[in-house]
Amino acid sequence: MNVLRRVGLSLFAPVLAIVVALIISSAVMAALEVNPIEVFKVMVDFGTTPNQQITAVVVIINRAIPLFIAGLAVAIAFRMGLFNIGVEGQYRLATIMAAAAGAAVNLPAPLHIAMIIVIAMAVAAAWAAIVAVLKVTRGVSEVISSIMLNYVALGLAGYLITGPFRGSAAGASIVATTPIPQSGWLPGLNKIFDVLGLANPPRQLYSFLIIAIVLGVVVSILINRTRFGYDLRASGLSPSAASASGVNARAMVIKTMLLSGAVAGLIGLPDLLGTTHQYTTDFTAGLGFLGIAVALLGRNKPIGIALAALLFAFLDRSSVPLQIANFPASVVTIIQGTIVLTVVVANEIARRIALRQAERLGAQVVAPVPGDGSTGGGQGPGGDLPPDGGPGGGSAAPGMGSSDEPQGARA
Amino acid sequence: MTSVATIPGSGTTPRRGPLGRLSGMSTGRRTALIAVVAVVLLAAVRVISGEQALTSSSTVAAALLLAVPIGLTALGGLFSERSGVVNIGLEGMMILGTWGAGWAGYQWGWWAALIGGVLFGMLGGLLHAVATVTFGVDHVVSGVAINILAAGIVRFLSELLYTNNKAGGGVTQSPALTHDQPRLSLPVLSSGPDLLGSLENKQWFLVSDVAGVLRGLTHGVGVLTVLAVLLVPLSYLLLWRTSFGLRLRSCGENPSAADSLGVPVYRFKYIGVLISGALAGMGGVFLVFVAGIYRENQTGGRGFIGLAALIFGNWRPGGLAAGATIFGFSDALQLRSRSAVVALLLAVAVGLLIVAGWQVTKRRFIQGGVAVVFAALSLWLYLTVDVLPPGIVSFTPHVVTLLVLSLASQRLRMPAADGLVYRRGEG
Repeated sequence: MNVLRRVGLSLFAPVLAIVVALIISSAVMAALEVNPIEVFKVMVDFGTTPNQQITAVVVIINRAIPLFIAGLAVAIAFRMGLFNIGVEGQYRLATIMAAAAGAAVNLPAPLHIAMIIVIAMAVAAAWAAIVAVLKVTRGVSEVISSIMLNYVALGLAGYLITGPFRGSAAGASIVATTPIPQSGWLPGLNKIFDVLGLANPPRQLYSFLIIAIVLGVVVSILINRTRFGYDLRASGLSPSAASASGVNARAMVIKTMLLSGAVAGLIGLPDLLGTTHQYTTDFTAGLGFLGIAVALLGRNKPIGIALAALLFAFLDRSSVPLQIANFPASVVTIIQGTIVLTVVVANEIARRIALRQAERLGAQVVAPVPGDGSTGGGQGPGGDLPPDGGPGGGSAAPGMGSSDEPQGARA
Repeated sequence: MTSVATIPGSGTTPRRGPLGRLSGMSTGRRTALIAVVAVVLLAAVRVISGEQALTSSSTVAAALLLAVPIGLTALGGLFSERSGVVNIGLEGMMILGTWGAGWAGYQWGWWAALIGGVLFGMLGGLLHAVATVTFGVDHVVSGVAINILAAGIVRFLSELLYTNNKAGGGVTQSPALTHDQPRLSLPVLSSGPDLLGSLENKQWFLVSDVAGVLRGLTHGVGVLTVLAVLLVPLSYLLLWRTSFGLRLRSCGENPSAADSLGVPVYRFKYIGVLISGALAGMGGVFLVFVAGIYRENQTGGRGFIGLAALIFGNWRPGGLAAGATIFGFSDALQLRSRSAVVALLLAVAVGLLIVAGWQVTKRRFIQGGVAVVFAALSLWLYLTVDVLPPGIVSFTPHVVTLLVLSLASQRLRMPAADGLVYRRGEG
């Protein structure tokens, strides 16, 4: 019963949010004389032959993998009350570095792939570390600095691909790095379809899926079952309480940003190792920003993030069919943006319901103590954090990921 | 509960800005001194490096043009954050402003563009206010969501309204604006005989530099630029010299106490965020005026830079105007001349050396050492690099923002309740 209610409550907010978002975006479309029902029909139309349908599923999963990783990267920082808005720049810079390094060497296959992965993680972690160091030593808000570093990273990537790392011929229409040799490619997973007796489409399912699943499990264990994860969550819920119990707030900021950045470094790799094998000027962009949305929708939990990533991947896939059917493809962005906004509102409402329930239960167990602090838990300013130059630092995130904590306290 | 008496006191005393180290001087004299030092420094660097673009009137005019949208957005942030609502959504509101300006501007001229942009920005502000004030959503989360949503909305609207439009335009841009705003020049000095212009062309040390700066500030300035500059002192008067301003700021310092004194906190927060959206939208309008057309991604992160200017300016109008000037200047330089950016490195080196000397006299040797190392680094870059490649130059303003913030942000004090979700009766 307890478990059921808990699951119900944690599903309540996202489902409500998605329904409201669909209603709002339908209203927007209708107001602008676009038929929403026709749009939704196109979105759920996966084709008629089994081959087409499996291809659609493969496209969705392939897109969901980087979105899931991006969501994880954002969520790790969110759980500590840090806003890593720099995921976008971190993965773009990491991907171009990894692509260039992968093309420069020739190694046996597993080593080659491992090297590319390690370089991508290291570059992104180093880029994220700048944010952490600026926050810890100079008190610069991570929100501002990570946004600024996004522009710097994108500019750097643009310079590197047209300058030192340029591999394409001078007149080529798309500027690209030198392709990675075949030993650095990840083969597809399409044999699964043969085993399952399904149609095997030409489009390959990324085997990075396995890495992503392992990553999700590892992050989940790290956050929920280790001392580090406990400190991280404690710092996110109440910075003052965490540092009072001996957590070094500065070290936690650096460790968390390094971890978040290292995960962010993997975002571009499914595409890089699976299909493109080189970084191009039109390499998938915007995954870092979508990762923020996915993390919010998934409430910073790996399972939730996976579901959110699938939903966003499903929406993304429909942009091409929408264009073919002569609808504005940006409908997808509108729906995604509206979902984000309704989700944060719904999360807040769900958090308050949970809080009220916990209060009622607490009142039954213990005689009511006036001002026992349970309502003010999110309001305490993190006064002992390093001087914070900007908004959103430490004290500004009372609502994040804390919605089920009062319930946990009850168990 | 914090004592009520702290509310009026906490905001009215002029707070030392990032330049507060020059203690024992009034704010006005300090600002003047800093401005003089900056001009002399730039003049010296211009003579040494031969980069005339550093203080040419065209660069200064461009700097003014680019500082205005940043400054307006920062002013917007001021109203929002003084009422206690952190506004990361400024960028999104600015994006909405650019679209509104483009849409209204190509149909009905420049004044309609202004109104359209302001109204669209206010819509973004309204969204932020509903989410943060009414529903109590975390401010940064709501702001990020608005930024994502705004980009989607403008793309959607452009796709819908501009793709088959006879007036021109397309998925990523509007038809061109029909009329430009009226422009003003100072008679005799910067138009007609143009005394400042001829003085500037002499290329004398300091004299020509000052003439260049003055001419850039007074030649062919748009009416709306004048309006925007006037908004800075107006905002100061409104926020620090009226009861409305006192009440608005009290919501950002201690909303519970404000509430107990009968201030309608939610309403004031709504007003603050709506003004914020309007000003950010106005910032977007200026970008549209600069280009004469709405283009997608026109804001290029200037909303965020505006936020940084606000933080640099210690949540005060004068400070944020100074921040906007610095960022506008670096932006203008990067647009006008790639080699001038290299010369800027020399200025950075000298500036860092001054900082280092200051730190050493204060016996802060580690900070001084770090400053010396970075000064040497930028000097080395200046001596070895001729022209920076375009990709690198494009992020000059963002690097300057980071540098300035990391040098300045330790002495800042944001409004005490800024970013905290306020629920009536829960404080």
